[in-house]
Amino acid sequence: MLTLQNISKTFNPGTVNEKTALRDVSLHLDPGDFVTIIGANGAGKSTLFNAIAGSFYPDSGSIVLDGRDITYQPEYKRARSIGRLFQDPMRGSAPAMTIEENLALAAGGGGWLSHVSKAEKTAFRDKLALLDMGLEDRVRQPVGLLSGGQRQALTLLMATMVPPKLLLLDEHTAALDPGTAEKVLTLTESIVRENHLTCLMITHNMSSALALGNRTLMMDAGHILLDLKGEARQGLTVNDLLRMFKENVGKALDNDRMLLS
Amino acid sequence: MSLSAIWGLVQTALELGLTCSLTVLALFLSYSMLNVCDLSTDGCFTLGAAVGAVVAISGHPYLSIPAAMGAGVLSGFVTAVLQTKMGIDSLLAGIIVNTGLYSINIAVMGKSSLLNMNRTETVFTDMKDLLKDTPLAGFQDLVIVIIAVALVIVFLALFLRTRLGLAIRATGNNPDMVRSSSINPVFTTIVGLCVANAFTGLSGCLLAQSQKSVNIDIGSGMVTIALASLLIGQTFMGRGSIAKRAVGMVVGSVIFRLVYTIALRLNMPAFMLKLVSSVIVVIAIAGPYFKTQAPMLKRRLAGSRKEAD
Repeated sequence: MLTLQNISKTFNPGTVNEKTALRDVSLHLDPGDFVTIIGANGAGKSTLFNAIAGSFYPDSGSIVLDGRDITYQPEYKRARSIGRLFQDPMRGSAPAMTIEENLALAAGGGGWLSHVSKAEKTAFRDKLALLDMGLEDRVRQPVGLLSGGQRQALTLLMATMVPPKLLLLDEHTAALDPGTAEKVLTLTESIVRENHLTCLMITHNMSSALALGNRTLMMDAGHILLDLKGEARQGLTVNDLLRMFKENVGKALDNDRMLLS
Repeated sequence: MSLSAIWGLVQTALELGLTCSLTVLALFLSYSMLNVCDLSTDGCFTLGAAVGAVVAISGHPYLSIPAAMGAGVLSGFVTAVLQTKMGIDSLLAGIIVNTGLYSINIAVMGKSSLLNMNRTETVFTDMKDLLKDTPLAGFQDLVIVIIAVALVIVFLALFLRTRLGLAIRATGNNPDMVRSSSINPVFTTIVGLCVANAFTGLSGCLLAQSQKSVNIDIGSGMVTIALASLLIGQTFMGRGSIAKRAVGMVVGSVIFRLVYTIALRLNMPAFMLKLVSSVIVVIAIAGPYFKTQAPMLKRRLAGSRKEAD
């Protein structure tokens, strides 16, 4: 499904701010994989997503998605097959536009000069009803009026409106209160399952990293430290993860946010 | 002052306000929707006026309108390409195009800075003949600009609800979102600026033809005047559907001209127009800003007063 081959990226090369964010990262995902990613701050998790989504071009290596080499494809073209959610719930929708208009943008389809049809509007309402947030009765309201949790749920709906080949979730519940985070996470799980999506999810919550999905990656200093799947992942606890991290890196995991959650 | 004199003033304000409201509608698209402050507006307005005049003088009164709009599209295209494909800041791109257009406009006008259309057949003279024996006789300027404004509003109301229109609005509203979506912001910016500048060109063309002359300064300060009108319109009808907001732009433009006409009657010299428009823009933008700052300022003032006590 997705194959990364020796991806490297160095920011500000040749200056005092030089930072190698990714070192020779190789990764292969099978269709339907739901992979959780954990790692300390600055480990390269978001940079990895940026490379896959095309926010920048890697210095070396190649990216193949569903049999197509997308290494040099511009971001907006990749976005047709890659859905992405960020930590900031404000980032994924246009606040001055209505819920309906945002969904229409996400749904795409039709010609550039076509209007949103009645049938589509009904479909939007049905999809919104699944969120169980009462948004289906507010389709004409600007998105700016929604709460962070509602906006993130809407963004999730928009990103999966046309089921993408790959879904990238970058700590998409981290900015929400615990109750809403739980709800958005459950929603994520059911949408991923129903659409058989291949999904990469960054999280700082180690227990949900182990509970969700079928595979867990641990990143550090720009490369993948641990790749846990199948039997090796079964029955693993948060303490096991911490121990494995220390054994591999030689120092304890220093992400307070991860330890406290 | 007699009633007919008052009506005369109102009519002039209406004609000017409506003609220039086409530029306000252009900024409604580029400034309010696409979030690009298009500083090439002045030059593009003059370009539309010059191209329209030259085509009309050469004997094609009807061709002059699409020609002026086409010239506007070209100008908008250049501004858009400079800022999306060549890494030039959007404000700077507008200024550069505006400066370049000065030379182009003089070239279009045949190396002259003034063109006279006193005996030229234009859409206005044709409409005048058409309305000669009807109750609307003498209102040809109003009739033409009302038709133009109505067409542009209908177009905008429909266009901004298409998928392309939605994509243009999203580009201005949340660039972050657009960057990580399948919308190409380069494409939407180019289309948005081309369409907006077509209206600016049309606005210039109609003003020149109704005044029967073009001079090279016809568009100078137009961007500030249009922004002032836009901000006035926004305070009156800033919410609701696109169509309603677009109508608000036209209302703003007419109010601006009415206020200006009244000020002229009260012996304000005509050369003050641009200063007035600048002040309106400053008040309209700074006002809401100070409003948000007011609670904090109040607390600080109260604090310092306490200290003084």
